Amino acid sequence: MRAAAADALAALPELVRAHILLSGAAIAIAVLVGLPLALWAAGHRRARIPLLAFVGLVQTVPALALLALFYPLLLLTGAAIHVALPALGFLPALIALSLYALLPIVRNGVAAREGLDPSVIEAADGVGMTGRQRLLLVELPLGAPVLIAGIRTAAVWTIGAATLATTVGQPSLGNLIFSGLQTENWIRVLVGCAAAAVLALAADGLLALVEIGLARRSPWRVRTGLALLAAAVALAMIQPPRGSSERMIVIGAKNFSEQYILAAAIADKLRAAGYRTELREDLGSAVAYRAVAAGDVDVYVDYTGTLWTNVLARTDIPPAARLRAELGRALARRDGVRILGTLGFENAYALAMKRQRAQALGIGSIADLARAAPRLRLASDIEFLSRPEWRSVEAAYGLRFGEARSYNPTFMYRAIADGSADVLSAFSSDGRIAALDLVTLTDPKGALPSYEAVLLVSPKRAGDSSFAAALAPLLDSIPIERMRRANLMVDRDEDKKSPEAAARWLLRPAPAPRPSAPRSH
Amino acid sequence: MDSAPLLQLNGITKRHGADAALAGVSLAVPAGTLLALVGPSGSGKTTLLKTINRLVEPDEGSVVLAGEDVRAIPAASLRRRIGYVFQGIGLFPHLDVAENIAIVPRLTGAGAAERRARALELLDLVALPRDFASRYPAALSGGQAQRVGVARALAAEPSLMLMDEPFGALDPVTRDELGRAYRALHERLGLTTIMVTHDMAEALLLADRIVVLIDGRIRADGPPASLLRGDGDAGVRALIEVPRRQAERLAALERGG
Repeated sequence: MRAAAADALAALPELVRAHILLSGAAIAIAVLVGLPLALWAAGHRRARIPLLAFVGLVQTVPALALLALFYPLLLLTGAAIHVALPALGFLPALIALSLYALLPIVRNGVAAREGLDPSVIEAADGVGMTGRQRLLLVELPLGAPVLIAGIRTAAVWTIGAATLATTVGQPSLGNLIFSGLQTENWIRVLVGCAAAAVLALAADGLLALVEIGLARRSPWRVRTGLALLAAAVALAMIQPPRGSSERMIVIGAKNFSEQYILAAAIADKLRAAGYRTELREDLGSAVAYRAVAAGDVDVYVDYTGTLWTNVLARTDIPPAARLRAELGRALARRDGVRILGTLGFENAYALAMKRQRAQALGIGSIADLARAAPRLRLASDIEFLSRPEWRSVEAAYGLRFGEARSYNPTFMYRAIADGSADVLSAFSSDGRIAALDLVTLTDPKGALPSYEAVLLVSPKRAGDSSFAAALAPLLDSIPIERMRRANLMVDRDEDKKSPEAAARWLLRPAPAPRPSAPRSH
Repeated sequence: MDSAPLLQLNGITKRHGADAALAGVSLAVPAGTLLALVGPSGSGKTTLLKTINRLVEPDEGSVVLAGEDVRAIPAASLRRRIGYVFQGIGLFPHLDVAENIAIVPRLTGAGAAERRARALELLDLVALPRDFASRYPAALSGGQAQRVGVARALAAEPSLMLMDEPFGALDPVTRDELGRAYRALHERLGLTTIMVTHDMAEALLLADRIVVLIDGRIRADGPPASLLRGDGDAGVRALIEVPRRQAERLAALERGG
């Protein structure tokens, strides 16, 4: 408990810094774009309706999806204009959040302009103000309270939504929330949420001070509010000292415990070799691979079967060694991505059931399951039902479940534990399989490929021998049992460890040498 | 007339769709005149006034101010040379009285001290106490606000004043008082004034010359005395009848009492 809190608090300053920079920049851009748009729209009745409809439409897209959409959009744009746009991290998050913040600013901007007394506008024209003078001397000061109310709304929304930037690889307070949710570390979730709420309240309060200052013609209030806001952003801009970017390695991780642990282990090895590291957590499967291919991420762990079916879109299922060899050649040829080697264990997709229930129904294989499936409920992770592996299993066995629901991995295990699901899409390296006394069903028709854990390296680092040497100790060093135990340390409810602590345990020399990972898939 | 008029309108026409709001209005105004533009609602008098400072651009015709076609002058600098007072007053609510009065000097880049001095001078001119300088418009009565409006219009020392129903929203006592005060200012500063009003009595009492506009055309043009004598057509006489009958009845009442 105390260790978890200390971990979360240690990560806090850097995440707060990143969070302020991102949301501050997004709000600033939204103001710089939104205000002129609003003023223009107020004078052009015909443009106003489509403009307000557009910014309203942007708001209806869930923020999470809006952020994710900019990943492929930026990749395509970059390819079209032959510029390597960073498609992951700050840029997509900034664009999405700026768009998101436009609605309240544009809407209030239009309302502010329309709420002005027409006789005051006539007077402004009548005394001979130019358009610019009228804007600066009359329209902006008189519309300011309504305008600032819009900016306040935008600020609170943006600071909240910026937690989602974590999912496109931009560090934010969302790092604490997402990793906390994933590993059921509620202290992390709480710290992340509380910090985001404090930031939002502080920004809202300072903007309120500016608003009151303008309404009461109190310049000190306006100046204090603006100065404190500027100071916060300026403080956030002070970079902690870091080495040259040549030595800065970006490590990717998908959104489950094993990935956090392995990313921490990779970071540990690289730091020992003198590299500086940065973590991009909670990436979706497809995003993670494209990020390494584009060089936005330098190294991460993926699984051969996942790449085979999802990235290469292959439907044939060769034996593990041939699959790995062919995969390595294909990725190197197509994207310049290098498979540095296997880690020593496999994390396969498997269908699992509670042992008792499986025995009662006489189910030992997926073929057995197919007969009973129409009466059973499947709990899968969010990706599984849309992955080719599922279609392959579905077709090979004629599987039809009575009901299929998606959960985030943590809640998927909860669902089977409390009886609201009968079958789940498990990961074979998951410590919870043993802990919950589940059995994994065999795959007699070989519908699922092998899923050896491999280290993938971006084209930029592919030929870097000192980089490869730093990671070499990880290769073929993690037997499945150790991975399961490390995963369970993070996932269990009691005596919970952080992914970093589990990684340190994983990297300790094993007490007794064991045979390496199963290669028999 | 031995010298060229200060203001000349030549065949001003303005259409709203198929209707002509102004149908070829021509008018020459010598310097120093206080001209009342009178007519019923919708007669086009406000539109005509606004063509002079280009708040309305005519479809045909030209406006010549001191020998210069106003279309050749940028609208903003033209308006700074012409005082403009209207019924809505339109004081800037976020500026105090002094800042409101000195807005045109501010637009033309006058320094703070100069603006302040000018504002105080103008407060004297419109007979408002100097301590009004730091009040905000919300704290003024209707009559006080319009005095500030007149002071603001005078700040750039214009030779021409345009007034659109300037006292229309005021109570009768204030209205009469302000009308006479303005007439005195007009004399003292040697202004040329075009004042739009629908109140014939006000026009007769204040103006040197009355132009009656009905349906976008000039129907009568002359000094108050000649209009009272009955010059002009039936429509014009009907407008004149109202104040004349009121005056006769008041006189009768006085005799009877």
